[in-house]
Amino acid sequence: MAFKFPSDEWIKELSRQLNGSEIYEKSAKDWEGDFDFIVEPDDAFQGEPAHLYLDLYHGQSPSAKQLSSPDEKQAAYVLSAPFSAWRKVIEGKLDPIQGMMTRKLKLEGNMMKIMRYPKAAKEIVSCCALVPTDFGD
Amino acid sequence: MWYFVSPQIVFGDGALDALDELEGRRALIVTDGTLVRLGLVDKVKAHLDTAGIEVHVFDAVEPDPSVQTVRKGVQVAQEYEPDWIIGLGGGSPMDAAKAIWVLYERPDLQAAEINPFIHLGLRQKARLITIPTTSGTGAEVTWTIVLTDTEEQRKMGLGSRENVADIAIVDPAMAAGMPPQLTADTGLDALTHAVEGYTCTWHTDMTDGLCINAARIVFQYLPRAVADGSDMEARERMHNGATCAGLGFGNAMASLAHAMGHVLGAVFHVPHGRAVAIFLPYTIEFAAREAPERFAELAALVGQPQGLPLHRDKERARALAERIRDLCREVGNPTSIAGAGVERVAYEAQLDKLIDDAFNDTQMITAVRAPSYDELRQLFLYTYEGKAVDF
Repeated sequence: MAFKFPSDEWIKELSRQLNGSEIYEKSAKDWEGDFDFIVEPDDAFQGEPAHLYLDLYHGQSPSAKQLSSPDEKQAAYVLSAPFSAWRKVIEGKLDPIQGMMTRKLKLEGNMMKIMRYPKAAKEIVSCCALVPTDFGD
Repeated sequence: MWYFVSPQIVFGDGALDALDELEGRRALIVTDGTLVRLGLVDKVKAHLDTAGIEVHVFDAVEPDPSVQTVRKGVQVAQEYEPDWIIGLGGGSPMDAAKAIWVLYERPDLQAAEINPFIHLGLRQKARLITIPTTSGTGAEVTWTIVLTDTEEQRKMGLGSRENVADIAIVDPAMAAGMPPQLTADTGLDALTHAVEGYTCTWHTDMTDGLCINAARIVFQYLPRAVADGSDMEARERMHNGATCAGLGFGNAMASLAHAMGHVLGAVFHVPHGRAVAIFLPYTIEFAAREAPERFAELAALVGQPQGLPLHRDKERARALAERIRDLCREVGNPTSIAGAGVERVAYEAQLDKLIDDAFNDTQMITAVRAPSYDELRQLFLYTYEGKAVDF
C-alpha cells in the first residue's frame, strides 16, 4: 500500500518507520524538538501549503499528524520546500543536507542545536525513503 | 546543483611577495606563539610593512582551538578594527581566523551557530587571507571550521561556503622548517583528504581530479619530505598537494576516517593528521565490503600493486588500505591506536563517548557504507588493535 504525499497517513507512517530505526534511536537519543514540514505548492502540487507535524523526543517519534492549520502547532523547527523538492528528497535524488546548503530546502530553528545531530537528520530522510509513497502521478 | 568555492590561490616559491601589493589599512594576524618564535610571523609582517599595512598579532591560538580562544580573538578584532584578517599557521590558527572573522563581522552570532544553511553576509568589515605553514590541513582553501568544545571534549564541524578565504598564499618556504613528525602527520592528513574526498558520497567531477592528483603527490613526495626536510622539491610538491586535497575534499566532503579521527583527537589529543590516517585503512576495508569501486579506481590511479586483476574491486580496495599502512610505517607513523600510545583501559572507558560523538560527526553522513552503532564499535576496537577489518 502506498501512502499519498503529503497526507496525515504519510507522516504517521514516517513516524512509525522512525520508531523502528535503531540508527535513529541511537543518533537522536538526546534530541528534543518537533518539526513542521511544510510542503509548498508548485507546478506538480496545487492548493494550500501542507503542514506535516512530527514530534521527536529522545530517539523516538511520539506522535505525528497533518495539521489542519499552520497555527495548530508551533514546532521548534520548520523545514519548508516546494513539493517537487520534497519528492526528490524522498526518492533519494536530493541529499537533504545538500538541499539545505543550496537553499532548496529552508530550515528555521535553533541551528546551534541541530548542527549536533547530522546523523539523526540524515536518518529521518532515510526513513522517508522507506515509506511507500504515492505522489499522485 | 552544487558549488565549487575557492580563494584566489597564490602558490610556489616567493608567493609571499603577493602581500607586498595588498591594499588596506590594518591587518590582524591570527597565529600561535610557536610561529612567532620561529620568525614566520615576522616574515609576513615585513611584507605587510612594504604594503604600508599596520599589523596586530593575536598569537593565543592553541592546537584544536577552543570556542573561548575564538571569543578572545573576536574581542581583539573588535578593538583593533582590521580590514584584513590573516590566518597564519596550520589548521588550528587558520580555522580560528575564519571563526574570528565571521564573528567580527557577525557579533550577533555564537561560534556554534556558524553553519552552511544561513546567509552570513560577510566582507562588510574585512577580508580573509590564509597562509599555511604546514602541508596537509587544506584549511587555506576550505570553508570548514573545526573548533573544540572543551567542556564536552567534542570537536564541532562548523562553517559556511561564505567564509572561504579571499586569498590563500601557498608558499613552500613557510613550511620548510617543519620537523619530520609534523611533516608526516600533516602529509597523511592531506592523503586522507584526498582519499575521502574521492570516495565520499558528495564527490563530483569538479573534485575528483584534484583528489587523485593530491593522492599521487603524497605517495610520491611525503617519504622524501620526511626523510630530508631540506628537499625543497618534495616540500613544494607536498605544499601544493595539500592545497589540491583541500580543494578536493573541501568541495566534496571527508568521511568516516575523519568522523572517527575527530573524536579520537578531541578525547585523547592525538594530532589530527595522525588520528585520521590511523583510521583511514580500516574504514576503507569496511567500505570495501559493500562499495569498493571508488577505492579500487583510486588504487589503480595511484599505482596498484602488481598482479591484482582489474575486475577484483574488493581486493584492489584492500590493497589501497594496505598501501596506506605501508606509507604510515615508512614515515614513522602508527597504524593502530595502541601504537599511537593510547592506553587500553582509558580507551575502553571512553568508548561509548567515542561512538556517540563519531556517530553524529558531520563527516559521518557522507560515508559510502554507513556503519550501524555496533559496527562503529567494532571499527573502533579493530583500529585500536591494528586488526584488518573483516566485517
